[in-house]
Amino acid sequence: MTLIRRTVLGALAALPLAALSPQLARAADTIVLGEVNSYTRLPAFTEPYRKGWELAVEQINANGGVLGKQLEVIARDDTGDPATAIRIAEELIAKEGAVMIFGTFLSNIGLAVADFANQKQVFFLASEPLSDALVWSKGNRYTYRLRPSTHMQAAMLAEQAAKLDAVKWATVAPNYAYGQDAVKAFKEELSRLRPDVEFVEEQWPPVFKIDAGPTVRALEAAKPDAIYNVTFGGDLAKFVREGSLRYLFDDRPVVSLLTGEPEYLEPLQGETPNGWIVTGYPSTDIDTPEHKAFAEAYIAKFGEAPKTGSIVGYNSVLSIAAAITKAGSTETEAMLAAMEGLEVTSSPTGPFMFRAADHQSTMGAYVGKTALVDGQPKMVDWFYADGAAYLPSEEEAAKLRPAE
Amino acid sequence: MGFYLAQLLTGLANASSLFLIASGLSIIFGVTRIVNFAHGSFYMLGAYLAYTLVTTLNGGILGYWFSVLVAALIVGGIGLLVELTILRRIYRAPELFQLVATFGVVLIVQDATLAIWGAEDLLGPRAPGLDRAVRLMGEPIPEYDLALIAIGPAVLAAIWLLFHRTRWGILVRAATQDREMVGALGVNQAWLFSAAFVLGSALAGLGGALQIPREAVSLQMDLSIIGEAFVVVVIGGMGSVTGAFVAAVLISVLNAFAILIFPQISIVLPFVVMAVVLIVRPYGLFGRPGSEHGGAEEPEQPLRLLDQKSTMVLLALVAVLGFSPAVVSDFTTILLVDVMVATLFAVSLHFMMGIGGMVSFGHAAYFGVGAYAAAMAVKLLGWGMLPAMALGPIAAALAAIFFGWFCVRLSGVYLAMLTMAAAQILWGVTFQWQDVTGGDDGILGVWPAKWAASDRVFFYVAFILCLGGIWVLRRVAHSPFGYTLRGIRDSRIRAEAIGVDTRFHQWMGFTLAGTLAGMAGAVFVFSKGSVFPDALSIGHSIDGLIMVLLGGIHALGGPVYGAMAMVLIEDWVSRLDYWRFIFGGIILTVVLLAPDGIAGGVRRLGQLVRRDAA
Repeated sequence: MTLIRRTVLGALAALPLAALSPQLARAADTIVLGEVNSYTRLPAFTEPYRKGWELAVEQINANGGVLGKQLEVIARDDTGDPATAIRIAEELIAKEGAVMIFGTFLSNIGLAVADFANQKQVFFLASEPLSDALVWSKGNRYTYRLRPSTHMQAAMLAEQAAKLDAVKWATVAPNYAYGQDAVKAFKEELSRLRPDVEFVEEQWPPVFKIDAGPTVRALEAAKPDAIYNVTFGGDLAKFVREGSLRYLFDDRPVVSLLTGEPEYLEPLQGETPNGWIVTGYPSTDIDTPEHKAFAEAYIAKFGEAPKTGSIVGYNSVLSIAAAITKAGSTETEAMLAAMEGLEVTSSPTGPFMFRAADHQSTMGAYVGKTALVDGQPKMVDWFYADGAAYLPSEEEAAKLRPAE
Repeated sequence: MGFYLAQLLTGLANASSLFLIASGLSIIFGVTRIVNFAHGSFYMLGAYLAYTLVTTLNGGILGYWFSVLVAALIVGGIGLLVELTILRRIYRAPELFQLVATFGVVLIVQDATLAIWGAEDLLGPRAPGLDRAVRLMGEPIPEYDLALIAIGPAVLAAIWLLFHRTRWGILVRAATQDREMVGALGVNQAWLFSAAFVLGSALAGLGGALQIPREAVSLQMDLSIIGEAFVVVVIGGMGSVTGAFVAAVLISVLNAFAILIFPQISIVLPFVVMAVVLIVRPYGLFGRPGSEHGGAEEPEQPLRLLDQKSTMVLLALVAVLGFSPAVVSDFTTILLVDVMVATLFAVSLHFMMGIGGMVSFGHAAYFGVGAYAAAMAVKLLGWGMLPAMALGPIAAALAAIFFGWFCVRLSGVYLAMLTMAAAQILWGVTFQWQDVTGGDDGILGVWPAKWAASDRVFFYVAFILCLGGIWVLRRVAHSPFGYTLRGIRDSRIRAEAIGVDTRFHQWMGFTLAGTLAGMAGAVFVFSKGSVFPDALSIGHSIDGLIMVLLGGIHALGGPVYGAMAMVLIEDWVSRLDYWRFIFGGIILTVVLLAPDGIAGGVRRLGQLVRRDAA
């Protein structure tokens, strides 16, 4: 008996699927891009990202689209679960007719979808995940990555850290792959530039569950000259508040990954620490003509300043459009060939390219210092660090990848 | 010396925060026997409300404390609303069914909070008047920490006075010990339950509101606290407020010192402590025997074998499912594989809970061990797909034999929490042991062998393994072993009196359930090509629990309905904006319409139809 109901229920449940399935008559003049991201799990980061790609799609379509066709993005929520992300990717390809997949934020979901792309021979542009493994130790032929990786951003900071007098360093990072990669890369780069430094303490609070008081005390007890911080989001706010309450940051330089990104910096408001050396995105302070045009269009459409996610979403679609234009088709092989060394000549953050050897883009990040300007958290004294300068050479990078 | 004092005081301040939320949870469980997943949501709401009040009033010291209290009261009011509209209607449902409703509330609160307060973290002001650190023995200690250290014991004292010096408190304690008797003496239980629920919710709200000066208010607050709150309640003994206080101090102080020696310990420490406590003291530190179960239930209907007609229909339907790949699209085939995996997982959990009478909050552990064993056999040992798939259930069986030996020594909620501790420890190992398990980067590239690579062939592999597994469990449920398990579930004492080795039978039942969960895991890993620690997470265990309870624990078909409903509805609603709100609403609707689960609802519907026809 159970199975009658099973089928009936299944059929009922499938009804809405049928209604949502692509209209068979989907216009032949549309190119469908599949997009997967953690929209409910991490809305603070994925909402600006969604706005970014929406703007890019709108602008490209207003200018006649790509190859004379309009772009259409079908975006889905992966609920923060890698297995769900893979099922959605399958559906986007098999049912919705997507020619490629882009998106993902969490590194494990990025890796899962990359592996799926490799198995099913689908082009995947990982927009936001930072994991080095994505293009190096677990890189594959079908996966490219846009955002400057953990290694690149850590190397940018190590370069600045090497200029400090500090010799004894302490690190604090969330206890998962991102934090571990970030600490490892920073240690390697800083030790290379400054063989005299030593690392005297490391703290590994669980991600989003930092017990800030004891962590701060443990760092303080090691009496380091300087601190390298990788915590972000809610952990960062707790760390900053406890740390400044307990004088951890007095006379002690702090080098901090991603803290200059508006997603992480703005919530700190009046408690923004002064003079931390950070990577990030100074948003409307960037005054190149390309960025000004982007920022104005973004503010006009959404009524708020762009964030890091916005720029990543925007540049993702720019890259895909450039790849399809160069390929002249939406066949996977043609797009993959086009991606090798693809140059995006004009973007709000300046030109960048996708390296053929390791599939990493050379899009850079902004390095500067945190400060309160008129009561608002800002990045000051910043400069644009071109990603190409912080990557190993293409020959070295190729060796980091598994043989194909 | 000063350093250790500072570390101790910080630990104590954390203990106070943890105690406030755990005490509310303990009171709610003690009186109503509801395992309240929504408690973390009340905590989060308290924090958001307090943020809004504090920043709007901006009224100095008085304004701050006034805001905190008002936030707690509002949360108490929300708790009352939830109790009156939802929980009150389902107190008579099977044990633990109410937790499905609270799960629905969690989903709704998540999306409501996102809609009202937005996605960005909100950093509230520091507490006025307590915004600096004082030096004790040369070490800076935040003043607010000292205030918290005082607030914890003060609240404990207030609760103690309430429970020992008021008539209401005496009735609550009486209800904690024997609800039936309190009811028989003419006490209005409904009123007592509502009051306890309001008090518990308000304490959660207070705990959240007091966090404003310490952390940014964020949408992760609900799920990040709930696991630890349960651990504290269980270590202390369910229903014991003093126990919750001692446990909160124990965990927080241990953590403050443990991270000095082994910084990575935080992710599993509370669960290790809980496992040790439960093994030594099966009812927690201050719990009493009998505190682990809900009220007396109506005895269950015995399972009946299918009659001939039903068997034919069942076989026909299995055949329809078997031939479905010929007609449906490729993607539907993939979705059906997901449904079959979820169904086997739910059926194995149902075997343990429904047949074996052992509730598990950590069944995903065996699913995950099966998945990881298969993946590691491929990646590290270079095995083919079929031998690797065979290794999955074997590894899961070994894990279940090991952990089951400890778990069957407990019962009720304590058993459930020990399974959760076991799952969380396994999760911690998988997460941390990067060289072998890949940490949270998982294991990639575990795809089916060439001959099974097409979606259709893999569908049949999954079809044979999952339906085979379900058939085995169904068969065992009707075997002498299954009858014995059900006998133990219904009356352990009588089973022992007739010479049944109850622990051994439960241990083997536990192992069998774990083995088949491992089989589901092995199929799962090849269908997705990768596995991550999420497979063993509490969240995944809870998904399984919701499937079983929502489907109806008293029917063999229950988990089948539950798994199908969960997978298909989630696949459908997650396309929509604010889908968690809708999903939560659907769950609450089902809960209210069918307090005996979907299976019960369908059966009653069938009876109605037949009576009309007759």
